[in-house]
Amino acid sequence: MVKVTVDGIDVDVPPRSNVLQACEAAGKEIPRFCYHERLSVAGNCRMCLVEIEKAPPKPFASCAYPVNEGMVVHTDTPMVKKARRGVMEFLLINHPLDCPICDQGGECDLQDQAMGYGGDSSRYDESKRAVKDKDLGPLVKTVMTRCIHCTRCIRFSTEIAGVSEMGATARGEGMEVGTYVQKALSSELSGNLIDICPVGALTSKPYAFVARPWELKKTDSVDVLDAVGTNIRVDSRGPEVLRILPRLNEDVNEEWLADKGRFSVDGLKRRRLDSCWVKRDGKLVKATWEEAFTAIDGKLKGLAGDRIGAIAGDLADAESMLALKDLMGALGSSNLDCRQDGAVYDASRREFYTFNTSIAGIEEADAILIVGSNPRIEAPLINARIRKRFLAGGVRIGLIGAAADLTYPVEHIGTTPAALSDPAVAEVLKAAKKPMLILGAGALARADGAALLAECWKLAAASSMLTTDWHGFNVLQLAASRVAGLDLGFLPGKGGKGLAGMLGGGVDLLWLLGADEFDTAKIGASTFVVYQGHHGDKGAARADVILPGAAYTEKNGTYVNTEGRAQRGQLAIYPPGDAREDWKILRAVSGWIGKHLPYDDLAGVRARLEAVNPVFARVDILPRFGGNETAAPQGGALGDAAFVPAIANYYQTDPVSRASPTMAECTAAHAPALAAAAE
Amino acid sequence: MAEANTQAVVQPATFAFDAESEAKIAYFVAKYPEGKQASAVLPLLDLAQRQMGRTTGSAWVPVAAMDEIGRILGMPPIRVYEVATFYLMFNTAPVGKFHLQVCTTTPCWLRGSDEVVHACRKATGIKGWKETSEDGLFSMTEVECLGACVNAPILQVNDDFYEDMDAARTTALLEALKRGEIPPVGSTIGRQTSAPEGGPTTLTSLSFEKTE
Repeated sequence: MVKVTVDGIDVDVPPRSNVLQACEAAGKEIPRFCYHERLSVAGNCRMCLVEIEKAPPKPFASCAYPVNEGMVVHTDTPMVKKARRGVMEFLLINHPLDCPICDQGGECDLQDQAMGYGGDSSRYDESKRAVKDKDLGPLVKTVMTRCIHCTRCIRFSTEIAGVSEMGATARGEGMEVGTYVQKALSSELSGNLIDICPVGALTSKPYAFVARPWELKKTDSVDVLDAVGTNIRVDSRGPEVLRILPRLNEDVNEEWLADKGRFSVDGLKRRRLDSCWVKRDGKLVKATWEEAFTAIDGKLKGLAGDRIGAIAGDLADAESMLALKDLMGALGSSNLDCRQDGAVYDASRREFYTFNTSIAGIEEADAILIVGSNPRIEAPLINARIRKRFLAGGVRIGLIGAAADLTYPVEHIGTTPAALSDPAVAEVLKAAKKPMLILGAGALARADGAALLAECWKLAAASSMLTTDWHGFNVLQLAASRVAGLDLGFLPGKGGKGLAGMLGGGVDLLWLLGADEFDTAKIGASTFVVYQGHHGDKGAARADVILPGAAYTEKNGTYVNTEGRAQRGQLAIYPPGDAREDWKILRAVSGWIGKHLPYDDLAGVRARLEAVNPVFARVDILPRFGGNETAAPQGGALGDAAFVPAIANYYQTDPVSRASPTMAECTAAHAPALAAAAE
Repeated sequence: MAEANTQAVVQPATFAFDAESEAKIAYFVAKYPEGKQASAVLPLLDLAQRQMGRTTGSAWVPVAAMDEIGRILGMPPIRVYEVATFYLMFNTAPVGKFHLQVCTTTPCWLRGSDEVVHACRKATGIKGWKETSEDGLFSMTEVECLGACVNAPILQVNDDFYEDMDAARTTALLEALKRGEIPPVGSTIGRQTSAPEGGPTTLTSLSFEKTE
């Protein structure tokens, strides 16, 4: 550690820290625009100036100056104040005074720091420079005249997102930040540019001129549009969710959020189910809760338990899945399934279906084998972690599956499961100290899913993936509800039917809890379908009774991400119209049909959750664990079909994103790329 | 500015280096150690510009050429765009056959660069900077110090300096270029390189002849 004195406060900082970090350690606020903890140091905004004793008598850019033993730093001398005021005056020379019409207003670093460190007026009375706006696609709006050339966006897209598409062209007064050729950014993380831009140059296009930050109610929640469990902040005003921003969680998403989770927000207002519907004479008509419950009750009367079934969708929260499972249990049914894609899991041990290394653990791996997955599309933030690991150097990354640009170089070993037995693969994994294997959930949905799981596990067991302090076997889930569903045992019970068994007339009453991702045409013609969910998507179109549920921003729900980390989302706004939180609907149904579920409030449901599986008691925390037991899951014969991408279109994978006009625009904007990828 | 150009300019869809350039590419790329090939971006941009001048009569670097250079050197296209737009010697829009680069920095300006500018405008019909004459022969660019202040004012035509210019000599030079002649480069008043006008004024008594 290096000893540094900042304004008379002694701090110890790690060697190779910079002066800015030392100042932060001493609790001093250093203004900055270009410096960002997760990006390389550019040192070009000059806002973080400090004075250093026994150094040349000039202000130093603290972000780009390394600490030395015994260094004495001053952050509030007259020289520092004057220098910062001068820098601020220069930054504002070409910055328009359009704060009243700027979307960044109220949460703008430049605005705040001009108030804190700037002068009271400008001495510049020449014309300001104007810069033509760039087209970065449907998500990021640009007002390039506001750009102060901090280059954060260039460094983010190059380093974190891994798409070198932004740059600074020309020079001096003519310098412009952009892509030079007009094109939409080909990144699933482009929304983060909006967050890292310290001024209003890059703002959210769908959110343009919608609201001011001080009008918004901020609610902590969890993203459910992929299985990463990104921590988010839901910003709402009145009855509307207006935007979604990432929340810091070093173990999961750092401070990033994938575009689908951020921009699908307008899908939460469209195609919503806001009242009950009951099918009369072949046509769905609006109904009251009583009418809907009566219709269900009428159908349930005299129906044997094994003629009733339930399928949980990909966005379902643990509470509602538990309530549905309990309801089915009370009805004497063990026909349950949470695997809409028909994936095969061995739920006997949790490590067979979770991302055991943990997302943060990726940074320790020294060999990564990706099997049947495209993490860039399936979990952009996990892909960003792998890229982070790649940038740190000393890692070999192999891919078995459809070739794809993952933003880092991979050794493409093969496209079929046969590549798993490639001796070179085993050799690399054996030589590595902390190898990890990522098996895509899409691969488990294949006919030979069980065999793939077993083969991959064996590969893990044969190398040092399963040791007392390292677990290198990972399943990358696609659905936010999947791990919770498996933890709850939302699977066919003894003698129960799975998804395939329930379709084609296997049951007479099918309860769909937001289940839209399977072929609803395969449901038997005489099957009575109850759809409980929030969007009028495929499932609702086939339903005989629709019960309006709550979307993830409208309920207090527990979700377990692909790592097996239980996290809780909070209610940001109330569900629209007659819609209710899903577990409450199920509780009400149970009362109506006389099979009372034993809980009446959220605490009761959560107590029951913990009783069913203790993992639900450990919210947010996920201790690292090793792979102590090496016994492989049940296998079978491997097929020889090539792996196919699990997700065809990143932007539309669930009822929320399919209802979102912004996601539709993204789909259109990236259509050529999608078509090329499909070939 | 740069971005506006790419939209206004009709960009060729493709660009390929010809055999003459290819030979030089190998020479330049080989200069840098393995993994540092991106260092060859400047000479390759120059090659592309010269090839365009040779084949189309307009020495500029289209986006397709920058993309091709990025491909050859294994660097993202935007990194090539950044370099190409940073250096004013690379033209990102078409120019005339003769690219007139007039220095208007202080020494040239004091010595009458305004006259040179006016003469150029009059002879070519060009009204503003970065414009090309109607016959496609000339383009005019205002440049910063060309480093030949001692013989100010300077008019650079493509790669060559014409020094000690005034209005009359500028007009004569441009007329000659129009006729297809290439007048001798260097001082237009006959001084030897940057020696004083009218011959040496100091050290006149010294003889540099070999003495016995």
